[in-house]
Amino acid sequence: MSQAAAGTAADTTVGSATHCPYCALQCGMYVAKGEITPREDIPANAGGLCQKGWTAAELLTSPERLTTPLLHGSPVSWDEALDYVAARIEAIRTEHGPDSVAVFGGGGLTNEKAYQLGKFARVALRTSQIDYNGRFCMSSAAAAVNRAFGMDRGLPFPITDIARADAVLFAGGNVAETMPPFVRHLNAMRSRGGRLVVADPRLTQTAKMADLHLQVTPGTDLALALGLLHIAIADGYADLDYLAARTTGFEEVRTSVSAWWPERVERVTGVPVAHMREAVRILGEAERAMVLTGRGAEQHAKGTDTVTAFVNLALTLGLPGREGSGYGCVTGQGNGQGGREHGQKADQLPGYRKIDDPAARAHVAAVWGIDPADLPGPGRSAYELLDALGTPEGPRALLLFGSNPVVSAPRAGHVARRLDALDLLVVSDFVLSETAAMADVVLPTTQWAEEAGTMTNLEGRVLLRRQAAAPPPGARSDLEILRGLAERLGCGEKFPTDPRAVFDELRRASAGGVADYSGITYERIAAETGVFWPCPETAGEEQHPGTPRPFLDGFATPDGRARLVPVDHRPPAEDVDEEFPLYLTSGRVLAHYQSGAQTRRIRPLTQASPEVFVELHPDLAERLGVTSGDRVRVRSRRGAAEGVARVNVSIRPDTLFMPFHWEGVNLLTNPALDPMSRMPEFKVCAAAVERCAEDGERVA
Amino acid sequence: MRLVVVGNGMAGSRLVSEVRARDKDVKITVFGAEAWQPYNRVLLSNVVAGTSSPDQVRLLDPRWYAEHGVTARLGVEVTVIDRDCQTVVAADGTREPYDVLVLATGSEPVVPPIPGVERATAFRTLDDCDRIRQAAASARSAVVVGGGLLGIEAARGLAGRGVPVTLLHLAGHLMERQLDEEAGLILRETLGTLGVAIRTGVTVSAVRERHVELATGELVDADLVVLACGVRPVVGLADQAGLAVERGILVDDELRTDDPSIFAIGECAQHAGRVYGLVAPGWEQASVVADLVTGADKGARYRGSRLVTRLKARSVELAAMGETQLTEDEAEIVRFSHRHKGTYRKLVIRDGRLVGAILLGETSAVGTLTQLFDRGGPLPGDRTGLLFPDLAGVGGAAVADSPTRMPDSARVCQCNNVTKGQIRACWESGARDVEAVAAATRATTGCGSCRDAVEGIVGWLCEQEGVNA
Repeated sequence: MSQAAAGTAADTTVGSATHCPYCALQCGMYVAKGEITPREDIPANAGGLCQKGWTAAELLTSPERLTTPLLHGSPVSWDEALDYVAARIEAIRTEHGPDSVAVFGGGGLTNEKAYQLGKFARVALRTSQIDYNGRFCMSSAAAAVNRAFGMDRGLPFPITDIARADAVLFAGGNVAETMPPFVRHLNAMRSRGGRLVVADPRLTQTAKMADLHLQVTPGTDLALALGLLHIAIADGYADLDYLAARTTGFEEVRTSVSAWWPERVERVTGVPVAHMREAVRILGEAERAMVLTGRGAEQHAKGTDTVTAFVNLALTLGLPGREGSGYGCVTGQGNGQGGREHGQKADQLPGYRKIDDPAARAHVAAVWGIDPADLPGPGRSAYELLDALGTPEGPRALLLFGSNPVVSAPRAGHVARRLDALDLLVVSDFVLSETAAMADVVLPTTQWAEEAGTMTNLEGRVLLRRQAAAPPPGARSDLEILRGLAERLGCGEKFPTDPRAVFDELRRASAGGVADYSGITYERIAAETGVFWPCPETAGEEQHPGTPRPFLDGFATPDGRARLVPVDHRPPAEDVDEEFPLYLTSGRVLAHYQSGAQTRRIRPLTQASPEVFVELHPDLAERLGVTSGDRVRVRSRRGAAEGVARVNVSIRPDTLFMPFHWEGVNLLTNPALDPMSRMPEFKVCAAAVERCAEDGERVA
Repeated sequence: MRLVVVGNGMAGSRLVSEVRARDKDVKITVFGAEAWQPYNRVLLSNVVAGTSSPDQVRLLDPRWYAEHGVTARLGVEVTVIDRDCQTVVAADGTREPYDVLVLATGSEPVVPPIPGVERATAFRTLDDCDRIRQAAASARSAVVVGGGLLGIEAARGLAGRGVPVTLLHLAGHLMERQLDEEAGLILRETLGTLGVAIRTGVTVSAVRERHVELATGELVDADLVVLACGVRPVVGLADQAGLAVERGILVDDELRTDDPSIFAIGECAQHAGRVYGLVAPGWEQASVVADLVTGADKGARYRGSRLVTRLKARSVELAAMGETQLTEDEAEIVRFSHRHKGTYRKLVIRDGRLVGAILLGETSAVGTLTQLFDRGGPLPGDRTGLLFPDLAGVGGAAVADSPTRMPDSARVCQCNNVTKGQIRACWESGARDVEAVAAATRATTGCGSCRDAVEGIVGWLCEQEGVNA
């Protein structure tokens, strides 16, 4: 494979073979002169694309594109902008110390950028204060599976295994809207006679496909999992040979779920006992079965324990580490997987290494050419970092890449006030997002098709994004921006700007780590349409093939056994009461991605889904005197937001749903954090709703 | 602080683990009359039925006590509370001083004073279960005395083991405290189909060798007799110590007895005139006491529990909650009865809130109704949806299955936001198969689920063309 083919310019008549800018499925696509065609050779989408993918190129030529740095809202040259930022950083850290400068990254950044951002924070800024929006994404699942399996790879099997399964339980995921081509794999499974069980408070598009829908009360997925496990054991589906040979901790877990008999779980979750039994029967009788979780189960102050309970269920049924079966977390953001492996997380170094592990520090410091003692320690987690901004103990400056927390962070009104209290806010983005609009300095960066880099999709498959278009004059890549700042901070030589050079360094930094990329090259990715990590570099001629199914021979724990860990249910951090009698939950719609900064600027998508809405049940709507199309106002203890009512029987009568792609629902969400993963409780808080008064009308 | 807990059943053991979860330092000693680790009594009927094994009902692992620094005196009964010395005295003579004492002595089965009753087996403990299971292995017939929740579960379990069972009940219908007469009748018929013969309105006068004798003199075959005649709170220890006792040990909203250093929880406690015989109230009480004695929440109070009774018997779905026996004069009643199918559903509503319900026969309404009852949430104006949740919304669906009835505005392809109207327009400009429609509209190119629908629409349009031509 030639350098050109693997790296940059167009290599076929249909354009550059690359991947979609959005979700973790990373659908393969060709891009040529603004025209997109799906790739058949990428298993994740196998020729499919949703509307987001088809229209992705529109943002390349959007008039809203930023091409000039902005200093306090006025266009300036790159030198002026970077000089200003570097001078302010120097001044602030001279006065307040290195931790007064913070960095916030994103799960949509390429591996190269995520890696470079972590290195920039630790080496150029010497700050411990770096975290990223992936903390809001799959951190609970990551914490749980690291504990259970010793390794966090979202799906520890190729996505095509799903089509071969006989049963899938999907807790809190709505792939029919969030990553539609994923449904092809579920459809293939179902057309073979496989059965799908979906747990969700809403009858989502995904739940509608299911053979069985468990319409769980928001915030009670953990109780549901404990109930399913109780039944699995009682009804004789526990795989005792597997448990004895491949796991530890089953006895304690069995005892702990004795307190969660089905009738008790029914009262807590609202899921009928008969449905729970049927779900367990479907899983237990399947030859190959999978348990999957999504954000619905994970984005809770008990998300780690909830995922642990589903992992315990999968282990009890003997699924993980068996070909065709297993537990998997369906990652959300484009590089949600790779973004969590290479050091933009507060407690982490490249290769999924722990920052407080002396051996890990020594290895990475050697690659970076610094003294391990100069590496900062762990910093604050995402929400805690945002919450501390501009406070006496907190950072005074923030550099933000690939994120829009004014829309996406919990209790967003408070987060906006914290950003406002900073001495310096620098945002790198390609459009003027809500957060960029608040910044002292906005740095116009290149996007997706204008640069090369690698992404690691939800399967743990490392993919190559090729450059497919020239960036507009004036925009610079994040790697160039970091280099420019590093030069001004006196260490420019440590920050190459060529993605391939950064990747080669990442390979060395990750070597020997859990997420070992050292044997992966751009050429191999191109030739093999992706390589599964871990893939260590080999000394001899023979290349490591990559690892599609890492747990077949044993788990990544010291003794090779998976851990069952007893966990207990508890109510949401904020339960309903008389003043706030409804549960509020949030999620995605098909036409938009994340904070909507990209998709809200694409016309076919805003036509498909123009505005924020509030989904509510007809029983509730009847009491409020609301019909579809009315404006309603939703309140919580943290704020209020309006939206258009969508009255729909698919939601529980005690629950409201709002999509999170607009400023709105996150003004209301609860920042209560999971003690282990530091995941905020996005998926449930107590709320009230009322009809908005029309002009001249009084609403009692 | 030294905490002593008397009773290691569901309430006592729950309290111990709740206290330890809140406070690592408080010194805890727990006495249990049974030599077993605490177990889940709710699951005993499953043990009798053979659907749970005895080691699956354990609530704590044996090592738990050592790992959590709790002294467990299992198989040791407490005989005296010396309130002056704040000390309990055990049957083996040992003395254990306390700063806080929690009584969780539970209840004991009511044994009717009839000749030969010693031949019968009560149904309360894991030991009882063992006896019943052993006897059932060789019994040619069994009688269960008592048609309450536990008696029905025992009878169903024995029938499931293939033992012919007769259930004898004093009252006119089964579970008369939870069910109205009609529900009791339908339940009786359902159990009948599962091999449980039921006699109501009968009095047992003696237990004979291989028979039970009724007051009428009639003999009923019984190699095995199980007593499920209700329970009474165990209050002797409290009574002896001079604590205020009526049916149970009297407690206030803090679950404190009239001695401020002594609490009582679970089935031995009487709160606001009520003694609860279910586990949920005992666990709620344990949580309040744990909050109070550790100081985790000094404002914690117990305000009584809403009772939901859920029968655990294979092939019999029954939930009963609240005030099920109110009449039309006293409340709004919504009822559906289909005796032939073993279905009975009844809602009791006051001031727009659910105050009672009976659900017999499988229904997906049970979860929703239990939660509405628990939370006292407002009910929708249309009550039928509550009884028949699976019918709700039927007919309101925007997209009809048939292409003829589907409106042009119906979204056929969700993934690419393509309506039937767009597919029609595409067909009108020449597209005659799915591939052509997909190329023009991108329909079917996302998840692919709408392929059949698009095919159907194109086929129908072609058919129409043929008809019109």
